Formats: sequence, structure tokens, C-alpha cells
Amino acid sequence: MAIGFEVNGRAVSVDCAPRTTLADCLRHDLKLTGTHVGCEHGVCGACTVIVNGDAVRSCLMLAVQAKDAKITTVEGLSMEEGLTPLQTAFKKHHALQCGFCTPGMLTTLHALLSEEPHADEDRIRDVISGNICRCTGYITIIEAAMDARSSYQSGEGDKA
Amino acid sequence: MKLPSFDYQAPASLAEAVALLAAGDGSARPIAGGQSFLPVMAFRLAEPSLLVDLRNIPDLSGIKISDAGVRIGAMARWRDLLDDVRLAEAMPLLPAAIDHVAHYQIRNRGTVGGSLAHADPAAEMPTLALTCEAQIDVVGAKGERVLAAADLFTGALQTSLEPDEIIVAVRFPAWAKTKRWGFEEFSRRRGDFALAGVALCYDETEGRAANVRIGAISVADTPIRLKNAEAALEGRAVDAASIEAAMAAASGEVDPAGDIHASARYRKALVGTLLGRALESAAGRKAR
Amino acid sequence: MKTHAHTSNTYIGAHIERVEDYRFLRGEGQYLDDVSRDGQWHAAFVRSSVAHGRIRSVDASAALAMPGVHAVITAADIEGDIPTIPFRRPNPTIGPYAQPVIARDKVRYFGEPLAMVLADTPELAEDALAGVMVDIEALPAIIDRESAMADKILLFEQTGTNVPTMFNADKGDVDAAFASADYVIRDQFATQRQTALPMETRGLLAEWDAQTGRLSVSGAAKLPFFNRTTMAKMMNLPDEAVDYIELDVGGGFGARGEFYPEDFLVAFGARKFGHPVKWIEDRREHLMAIGHSREASCDVELAFKKDGTLVGMRGALYINIGAYVRPNGMTPVRNAAQFMSGPYRIPAIHLDAYACVTNKTPAGTYRGPGRYEGCFFIERLMDQAAGALGIDRLDIRRKNLLTHEEMPYPLATVLPSDGRADTQCDSGDHRVTFDTCVKESNWAEKAKLQGKLIDGRYQGIAIGCFIEGGASGPQENVRMLLEADGMVSLFAGSSAIGQGLETILAQIAADSLELPMERIRVFHGSTTYLKMGWGSYGSRATVMGGSAVLDASKKLLDLFRASAAKRLGVAPETLTIAEGVAKAADGRSVPLAEVAGDRLEVDGSFKNNTPTYTYGAAMAHVAVDPGTGHVDVVDYVVVDDVGRIINSMTLHGQVMGAAVQGFGSVFSEELVYNAEGQLLVGSLADYLVPLASDYPVVRCVSMESFPSPTNPLGAKGAGEGGIIPVGGVVANAVANALQDFGVQPKILPLSPSRVWELIDDARLRA
Repeated sequence: MAIGFEVNGRAVSVDCAPRTTLADCLRHDLKLTGTHVGCEHGVCGACTVIVNGDAVRSCLMLAVQAKDAKITTVEGLSMEEGLTPLQTAFKKHHALQCGFCTPGMLTTLHALLSEEPHADEDRIRDVISGNICRCTGYITIIEAAMDARSSYQSGEGDKA
Repeated sequence: MKLPSFDYQAPASLAEAVALLAAGDGSARPIAGGQSFLPVMAFRLAEPSLLVDLRNIPDLSGIKISDAGVRIGAMARWRDLLDDVRLAEAMPLLPAAIDHVAHYQIRNRGTVGGSLAHADPAAEMPTLALTCEAQIDVVGAKGERVLAAADLFTGALQTSLEPDEIIVAVRFPAWAKTKRWGFEEFSRRRGDFALAGVALCYDETEGRAANVRIGAISVADTPIRLKNAEAALEGRAVDAASIEAAMAAASGEVDPAGDIHASARYRKALVGTLLGRALESAAGRKAR
Repeated sequence: MKTHAHTSNTYIGAHIERVEDYRFLRGEGQYLDDVSRDGQWHAAFVRSSVAHGRIRSVDASAALAMPGVHAVITAADIEGDIPTIPFRRPNPTIGPYAQPVIARDKVRYFGEPLAMVLADTPELAEDALAGVMVDIEALPAIIDRESAMADKILLFEQTGTNVPTMFNADKGDVDAAFASADYVIRDQFATQRQTALPMETRGLLAEWDAQTGRLSVSGAAKLPFFNRTTMAKMMNLPDEAVDYIELDVGGGFGARGEFYPEDFLVAFGARKFGHPVKWIEDRREHLMAIGHSREASCDVELAFKKDGTLVGMRGALYINIGAYVRPNGMTPVRNAAQFMSGPYRIPAIHLDAYACVTNKTPAGTYRGPGRYEGCFFIERLMDQAAGALGIDRLDIRRKNLLTHEEMPYPLATVLPSDGRADTQCDSGDHRVTFDTCVKESNWAEKAKLQGKLIDGRYQGIAIGCFIEGGASGPQENVRMLLEADGMVSLFAGSSAIGQGLETILAQIAADSLELPMERIRVFHGSTTYLKMGWGSYGSRATVMGGSAVLDASKKLLDLFRASAAKRLGVAPETLTIAEGVAKAADGRSVPLAEVAGDRLEVDGSFKNNTPTYTYGAAMAHVAVDPGTGHVDVVDYVVVDDVGRIINSMTLHGQVMGAAVQGFGSVFSEELVYNAEGQLLVGSLADYLVPLASDYPVVRCVSMESFPSPTNPLGAKGAGEGGIIPVGGVVANAVANALQDFGVQPKILPLSPSRVWELIDDARLRA
């Protein structure tokens, strides 16, 4: 099925079988391999992307369901050279090790903090509980998110 | 774990959707948020020939609050419920329970109607509907009908819906502002399915409980009402003695299965423990 | 204490942000499934749904007729004997238990590969699995060690036993020790079957070049060189004709990167058909196919003097290793035997450690293999003994902890030898980390809460100690090259599995060359970079790879000296070299970049067969809800001494991450089988790893008081210690919280259901 949507500010059209998940479409049809697939059954959160402002699991959404949507992937958080405040905070706090869950962590937190820049630690923990990280133990991820809040509060969250 | 092959349609009207399902010989399935059904397909436990996506159908979402109660469109998402500040006033049990549903990303797509149709006994919404005696509006090839929640759930992941029927809305009856309520569930981790859970509400007149409704999650093939526990409280003051009696009644009347996450014996006791806690919070919460 | 190599020490020991983070944070990492080749076929595996049985037939004809399906490989496609996967550390009796790369006559576990479908897309390959008809005559399944050791039903009929090996760990005269004891405690414990669960599942991309006769396998991790040699042998190719390519790796933790049956089959398909073949393991098959670990039980005794002095330990350990001996399958068995004594001075030891085969997924290593299990066993015994002897649980430990004066301290000898029969703790004073842990955890205050019911939850605290082996030998190699642009390229035999290898090696290279880190580029893992290398296992990369970097740096500076001397027309020994500049006595100088055209290139290596032993102590404070059986970890403190800290940030990352993995081990992760040998855990909704909301508090303190004498860095391997004490410490804390009930947890995991049943059983007894 031919569908059109917008990814990271760019209009795209793809021809996907109905069974193609948004995750596979992004990765294999559009070569946006920053979105990772960790379980394909909606538990691990590695494939999280932002669809019309909402963080969603792209393995639990069909590509054909993305028709006319505006999608942001981790690549869309990295349009300019350098790192955004959230990415910088991840580096500073050692909030990643193997890097596999990281794109999903960033997209989830970006969606959250864009909408709730004053989210407290409990809220952040609660939200991130939908993303599995096997390396860090999460503590540094929470620290990084707390640190990045100020940039979202000042409206600079998406600036590299 | 790639999805099996299927055809896909996203019709613009309910009539079209029903027609597509009716033409599908039982192998067409409606899909709402897909947050439960797509994993089922990923495990190839279901291989429908056609998915009929309800997302383009107007008027299936929305939350209406009136004197008659709360009407929730089938395509309303969990986050729509949590974002709707009116609900805390109109029916506080709902947001309190839905706060336990899955995770952030799932709540951005998962829907109320999808959860009811999926009929997972470990999920919150089916038990809420049963406990609060909600009515389910349904449309199918033979027309519209209204199902009492008690008549919807027939088994684990089984409903009385015909293959061509679509849930349109769930209507919760009027909720008196003075109603007391409680919700407790226990899961192994945040967002996991409950090992057991309890939803309850009752009116309080002259210090005594009336219209006691207690529903349980994850202790049977379907959501169930705990009738013996209800009886132990009906017409009595909710105090230490009646709570203890209700707890014992609850544990006594359920016959849960054991699984890899918890033994039957544990679940049986847990439902009593959670009922006790839910009653304590209901009784302790300031009357409005 | 030994002095170690001088470095300017700008980077080593500092809190350095990682160089690999930039690409990971921008979504520019390159993991296996991010790479594709034109014309590639996709593999999917038909796996046995029967745990134990004789194969009657495998019929792929229906699958071959399905759209997009090119081929189905079964055992019938392999001529002669089916190749078996070699052992990393062979011993005399395990030969018959090696895993064939595909089942031909018999299946021995749920998930064992029976056929490989090759199709145009992953979807079509998966669709075709249903078209492969398998007929298996089911045999009774053996799932636990008791039925395995009864030897009535045999997995390998020709051997006559389900016990491939029994290791003995011996030290001193154990009979005399027990005869002299005032008090003996004996008990039985068990830890549950788990897996490492890296977030990236396994994957392989094999390419065969018929023209040059070369095979390339992408998706390497952990030990590319061993696997390359293994593959070459199986394929009847020279080593040089096989490349193992390492891309970014989404976590390892011991399980990922071993040679698995799929490694051979994917490459076999690529060679047979001349198409690149890609396989991405899905999560469901990951749970049944990647190495399991940790299913261990014991019946052991500790002997004490009245004052709490340990005099002996004896007993039996049983490790359920699943259906075959995999490359690393013996490691947890022999480790449990050798390291169960942990940091305690036990003069007499005799342990029999049985490896038992059962109809379950073959086991390998998972972070802290054998050590986590052994630590749980002995720490539980220590706390119970303290109670029985009426000695404070801090005192009984402190009395028996190893001291600096006793180093190096020999551990029990383990036979049959796998090359590591004898080993010794290299340096340290265990009382220091212990006392630091007591202090950091505010033990004196917390002890007042012991067993108290506060806000409906019972409070418990406990402390335990551990040793962690690291720096596995025998050698590591690097190559260092001064590039034309003045950058130094460092090619390392070590592998990156998410631990920050590029940063660590760049720090060490930068310090030893006295150059800014930005001038160092690190390439690692792939067999194309070096003639020979080893990899990253047994917490070895920092010590082994890092020491090899020191060697290379020294050699590169020597070449620089010679080049600069030539340019300046002076004798090399008259030059002083500092911060990348060679200076002559007369003030003239040559910067390193100026000799870049000289193609300065050196090989560095480090040989060492003496492991390092990081050690430490951990404290847990838990709160138990007696209504639900839920255990909250209120506070957790882990203190370790790693000899020398290279990067405090990545070190803490390792320790904290390992501790939280350990909570998953103690409370929630379990691979459950039914009596027929079917794995009941098939999704991440059932394999319960820790989530962000579960364990918010872990505090780590890292020390470097006693550098290791085994290597010029003075460092010790430190990737695993965080997980080792968690089982014992947390279980003791739960026991202490529930002391009024007399609850003694003996079996992990401490799921809410199990904890509640322990309490309820105690209530019923009362």
C-alpha cells in the first residue's frame, strides 16, 4: 500500500505491505536505523518514536496507520551537528552503555519533557518504566532527564 | 516475530466497517489501538485475513459527562482519560484505576473499547465496567444493541460479540458525588498485568454501606464480582470487623489459577489483602 | 604494593565522558540489523517444540513451495558427521556432550534447531516455518538435576550418565577441620535459571566470496578470534579465509558472542547458495536459544570454631547445564566450586561440583558466572551461623576476611584442570572495603530497624562480601599506527560490548603517548585488524587490552624517537620526548605529526595467565510487605576495590548496572519449564527484568587502595562484581526483616508469591 507521511520534517512516501510495522518501515524502507527493535511485542520500548507529538511503540503500529502523520525519530532529534541538551545530559551522566535502548529513551523523554517540562522524578521514573535498559540500572538515565528539564522549561529542548 | 500477512482497510464510517467485518467470514478483525492485538499477532496466536482499522471513523472517541453518567467513546485512549481533569470529579475510580494501565507509550495508543473487546481478565477496564455496571453500546450487521458488562465477558479473551460487531462506547451510570470507592492492584512490576486487583464502590447512608459493588481482576477467566464480599458489607458500617469479614469472604469465594508468576494460593489470599486495603482507603477518604 | 608504569595520568583515573556516546545518542550507531547487502536472503529457524525425542522426519516440501522461499537446510544437507561446537576449555570427559550445529537423530531441548529456512524477507522466512513438517517421537524429558543424576533416562545413551563432569575443589584437610569444629551448619539452597538478556538480540550476516574463497561473518562479539578459528575448522577453510566483523553490540553480559549453532548454519547457507544470508534472532527465540545460566543448587556445610572462626567447608554443588556442553558451559560449574569461599579465609575445603545435563536450553555464562551462585550459598550460611553462634553478623565476617598480609592468597584447587586449576587472590585487604561499606551504609543506625514493622513493612538489613575474577588470560594484542594526518590509530583485539572500550583504551593510549585523547582513534574486535586477538570476556578488556596498549605506546615512542633523531641528525638517546614532541639538547624539536609520513607502526601485546581479583562488600536495606510479599530495596550500597580506576564514570556504570541486574536475579527473572520440558517464558512480559521504577537507590564506592601486581596498569577487571553479592545480601536482608517469623529464604527468586508463602507457612506453623 502506498502511504505518505512526514518524518523528521521531511515528506516521504513508501509502499508497504499492511503487515509492515512502522518500526520496520522506518528502519528498512526509509533507512532510519536509529530506531531500534528489541522485542517486537511492545514491551521493551527501544522502538519508541514520536507520532503527532505522542511517544508510541513503533512495533505496535502499522506503517499504514502512519498515513499523514508527523513522525519524529532519534535522527530527528539530531538534525544539526552536536548534541541536544537531553543528549548532552545523557553523555554527562553516563546514561547509556551499549546504546541499544538509547534512541527509545531519548524519544520518550523528549516527548514527555516537551509536554511536561516540570515532570518530577517520580513521573520520569514512571514514564521510563516503559523502556527497558539492561546496562545502566536506570539511575543515571533519571539523573540525565532531571538535568535536561531546564532546557525544556526554557523552550530550548530541541536545540543542538 | 514478524506479523502474519493480512489485508487492511480503514473505512470512514461505522456502516462500512461493519460491512467489511460481515463480509470477512469471521476472519476479519476490527483493530482500535492495537496495543494488545498486535502482540497477539506477533506471536501468531491470531492470523486474521483482514484488519478493519477504526481510526478514521468519526464520533468513536470523546468523553461525555452528564447527569446520566460518563460515556466514553470506544476509541478514547488511556491518555485521553488521564488528561481529562473532569473525571477526577465525575468518577474518580476511573482515573485511579487507569493509572495502572500499562506504560506511557501504550497509553498513547491503547483504547477503552479495544481493552473491553480484548477481554483480558488481568486488565483493569473489563473489571471496572463490570463493577460499575456499565452498559456497552455495540453496532453490528444486525443493528445496534446494548450489552450489560456482565454479559460481555464470556471467558479469557472471549466475548459475546459477533465477529461483525464493534463496540461504540461504554456508558457508566451516574456516580453520586458522595460515593465511596477504592482501587488496589498488585503487579510484579510497574505496568505489568495484575497478579490480582480489586475495584469497589458503595454509597454510605447513616454510616452504613449500601449498593456495595466489588469487582476483582486476574482471579478468574473473566472479570468477576465478589458477591460474598459485597454481602458481608451491605448494610453494615465499614469498620475493622466488616472489612475483615469481607476479606475472608473474598478469599473464600475466588478460585484463581496459579501460573509462572504467582501460585493460586497466593492469589486467593492477595485478593483479600487488596480488598482490605481498598476498603480502608475508601472508608478513610474524606467524604465529599 | 608494586609500582606500576609511569604515565602522565591526565586521563587515567578521571571521570571522562565516553567517546562512543556521540554516535549512539544521534542514532548513528551501527548494529547488525542496521547493515544489509544487496541480494541477501533472510534466515529463520525451525526449532523443536519437543524437549526430548527421536527425529523421525523433517519434511520441508510445503515450505519450499511457499512464496519467496529459496531453500530449507536440514541435517540431511550436511554431509558426513554434523559438526559439533568446540569447547573453550576442554576437559577429558565432556567430548560426547558437545552440541551438533543441527539436530539429526535426536532433539534434546525445546528450541533446538531442526531446519533453517532461507527466503527473500524475514516475514516470508517466518511464514514458511509453518510449512516445515517435523515428526518427533517424544521421550520422557529430564528437567531437574535429581532426575538427571538418577541416570535412568539418558540424554546421551552412549555415555551412560547425565553427568559430563564432576569438578573437585580442594584445599587442606577437610575431615580434620570438621573433626576439630565446635559448630557445623549444613543447608541446601538453589538459584534459578536465568539468561543475560542483552537488549539487542543476536544476529549474523554471512557473506561468501566464491572468487576469493573468503567467508565474512558480521555480528561478532566477545571473542571473534576464537569463533573465527572455530568457523574455519568447521568450514574446512584456513583461518585467514574467515573474517569475523564486529559492529556495535547491544549488550553482552556473558551470553552474547559465543559460538552458537546458528553461526555455522547461517554461514553454511551463505556458502552453499552464494547469497549473503542475514539472521536476526527474534525475542521469543532468543529466550529459548541464547545461553541460559544460574540454575544451581547445593548441599553444603561450614565448620566453625566457637568464636566464629571458619575452619572448613564441604559439600556438593549441582549445576543444571541444559542439554549440551556449550563452549563455556563448564565455567559456572568450576567457578562455583573454586570461588564459593569468596573472600573468607577457609583453610580446608572439599566441594564436589556436578554438571548435569537436562532437556533444557544449554547453559553458558552470565555475568559473575558461578560466583553469584556461590556467594548466595555461603552468605546465607554465614548469616545463619552468626545467628546460631550468637555472634554479630559483622563480627563473624570481619574475623574471617582476608587481609593484606595474606596476599597473594591461594583459593581451592579445581580438578580436572581446565588450565585454571590453581589461582590466588592477587592483592587487597577485605576488611577495608567491608568497613567502608559498614560506614557508608550507616549500619549502626540502620541496625536499629532490624526486623521492625514500620508503616506496614518489615525492615531488614544485611551485609555480604564478594570476590570477582577478572583479566582472563592468556594474551591480548593491539596494533598502533601513526596515520598520515597525525592521528594515532589503535587496533585492538578486545571487543566492545557496550562497556566503553573505545574510551578506556583511548584514555590509556593518550596517557601513555602523552597526546590528547582526540588524537587517538580506536578500532576493535574485528579479525581484520589483527592477526590474532582474544576479545572481551571474564572482565579482561581493560587489564589485558589496556596493558597491551601500554606496550604498543612504548614501542611507538621508540620509533618516534628514532625517526626524530634521524631528522635532527642526533643520537636517539639524546632526545627527550614529552607530550608528542621530541626535543634535542640544542632546543630543536620534532612533533609527532611531522614524522607521520614515516608509517610508524607497532604491535603491542600483553601476556598474563594470572587473574585479578576485585573484591568488596555490599549492604542491602529492604522493606517487606507481608500482605503482598513485595520486597522494596530501600537502600543498597556496594563498595569495591578495583586496584586502579581507569574511568570512574564507566566503572560506576558497570557496578550500578550489575547491581540492578542482580535485583532482577533475586526477585523476578526466571526461565520456567513445565514437566515436559517446554519453556513457559516466551516474552518480555514474562521474563521480568528490572524497570526504571523498581530500584531507585544504588550507591557505589570504588577504591584503589591495593593495585594488582599482575599488570603494569595495576588495574583489575571490574565488570561483574556488582552482581555477585546481590543474591546473598538481599536474601539475608529479607530473612532479617522476617526474623519474627523465622523465615529463611533458600530458593531464588524471591518473588512476591514465594515471599508471602514463606511468611504464611511460618504463620501456619505457629
